[in-house]
Amino acid sequence: MAYSLSPPNKTTRFALQAASLLACLLFWQLAATRQLNLGFVAFTYVPAPSAVADAAWQLFNSSKLLPHLGSSLSRVFTGYFSAALVGIALGLVIGRSRQVESLLLPPLEVLRPIPAVAWIPLAILMFPSSELSMIFITFTGSLFPILLNTIHGVEAVDKRLIASARSLGAKPFAILREVILPGAAPGIITGLTIGMGTSWFCLVTAEMISGQWGIGYYTWESYVIQNYTDIVVGMLIIGFLGMGSSLLVKTFGGLLIPWYHQRRGI
Amino acid sequence: MMSATEQFAGNISIRHLSIHLGRDRDSFEAVHDLNVEVSAGEFICILGPSGCGKSTLLGALAGHLPPSVGDLRVDGASVDGPSPERGMVFQHHTLFPWRRVIDNVSFGLKMRGLNKKERHQQALEILRLVGLGNFESHWPSQLSGGMQQRVEIARVLINRPRLLLMDEPFGALDAQCRMDMQQLLLDIWTRIHTTVVFVTHDIDEALFLADRILVMSPRPGRIIEDLHLDFARPRQPDLVTSPEFMRLKRYCLELLRHDEGRTLPRLSPLGMPKGAEQFASL
Repeated sequence: MAYSLSPPNKTTRFALQAASLLACLLFWQLAATRQLNLGFVAFTYVPAPSAVADAAWQLFNSSKLLPHLGSSLSRVFTGYFSAALVGIALGLVIGRSRQVESLLLPPLEVLRPIPAVAWIPLAILMFPSSELSMIFITFTGSLFPILLNTIHGVEAVDKRLIASARSLGAKPFAILREVILPGAAPGIITGLTIGMGTSWFCLVTAEMISGQWGIGYYTWESYVIQNYTDIVVGMLIIGFLGMGSSLLVKTFGGLLIPWYHQRRGI
Repeated sequence: MMSATEQFAGNISIRHLSIHLGRDRDSFEAVHDLNVEVSAGEFICILGPSGCGKSTLLGALAGHLPPSVGDLRVDGASVDGPSPERGMVFQHHTLFPWRRVIDNVSFGLKMRGLNKKERHQQALEILRLVGLGNFESHWPSQLSGGMQQRVEIARVLINRPRLLLMDEPFGALDAQCRMDMQQLLLDIWTRIHTTVVFVTHDIDEALFLADRILVMSPRPGRIIEDLHLDFARPRQPDLVTSPEFMRLKRYCLELLRHDEGRTLPRLSPLGMPKGAEQFASL
């Protein structure tokens, strides 16, 4: 920053960040209580933050929260972990072999531009239970970011490192384990982090359409039964869960590649 | 474990060796009809202008590039594919960024199935030999260019190779560091007396290091001179100012001069110039 020679100290920065958040809250509170109407957007039915806080408190003390959370989390993790397994495994073989790439990539390339959400109607028809169809949507949503980042990571591994490993006596499996996998790890972790975000996004959408439990369902149900404060509570929970799981993936991922942060001087 | 002089085998026999690189219309002959015999323990420098195929020859010795015509043998056995017996050092290090120095050095032993304790013990010993006894737990990225090359050399030598193949290993270092590394390499070589094939385009470097210099002409690479040097060992830094050294330097310059003006893209021991550009920018 050209205009400030010394960076603001920690306290100043924290104060600014807090003030910014508070200002947004204040705007929300005022807009909601005054029923602000700008013509193209109206706050008439938007609940005020104070009302939302009340509703959240009630939900946290009710017996409904855990089953909603549990269903959403178990769907996300089942879908996401299967996508991680399939995506990384496929990515490794596709990235390593031209033949496998020609064999497997074309159908995947055709499926890739179809957003996971567009699968919802067909998924409901294809799978015997709505549970499975929602897991499938979550799976599809996170598969492609994980797969593509793995392929890219594998292809970006320096060919000289592979040549050196062979010269040092590494056989194909050892090359995969010792060179390809760690070399592609930063890419794989990027894919896993992005995939976690998309899988939440897809799950919530799927839950709004089919399901009886889950945070997405809770949010949509609140709209249907005109419980407007609960809509915002649902939205906030979705946001926190998404952020939390992405942070989890990023933190664990970072622990797996300590050398990477070292190299970038972080 | 490491006695004062360890003798390894390492006779090289190259007969009518030609190597084509590239595919279809882009194909060209990188080296043509090479014939060389090298005895075990010799320090060979291959000297030639950029793109003359000296790295290609090195890549073939390492087993990364197959001969198109002719025969390439080490101690009587035909070279087919890379082997820990023929260790390769590139111009830019190829240390694994995800392994600490000690685990990089002991990689070859891990591939042979030695346990961690044994691996680390040997790796520490060889790290001390290259003067990096205190750097075992560093990441490669924390080392200077010269130190990275020393780790790279240690990683190759731990396998007790018959051949130590080096592709302009000090080419990316500054002048002072390069001279230190040349001296260090000679020190190591007196203790681990393996056959060295050292590719360079630096005449001073070749004259300072080698028992024998093979001078190559540009594409297709042919050997135009086989120069035996008998400067006393251990070699001292002031050798480079001696009259005999200057005479040979002028002679080498003369040999390399007739193709001045032609610059070819640098080849790499792994093949095509397109790849080489990518390596040069690393």
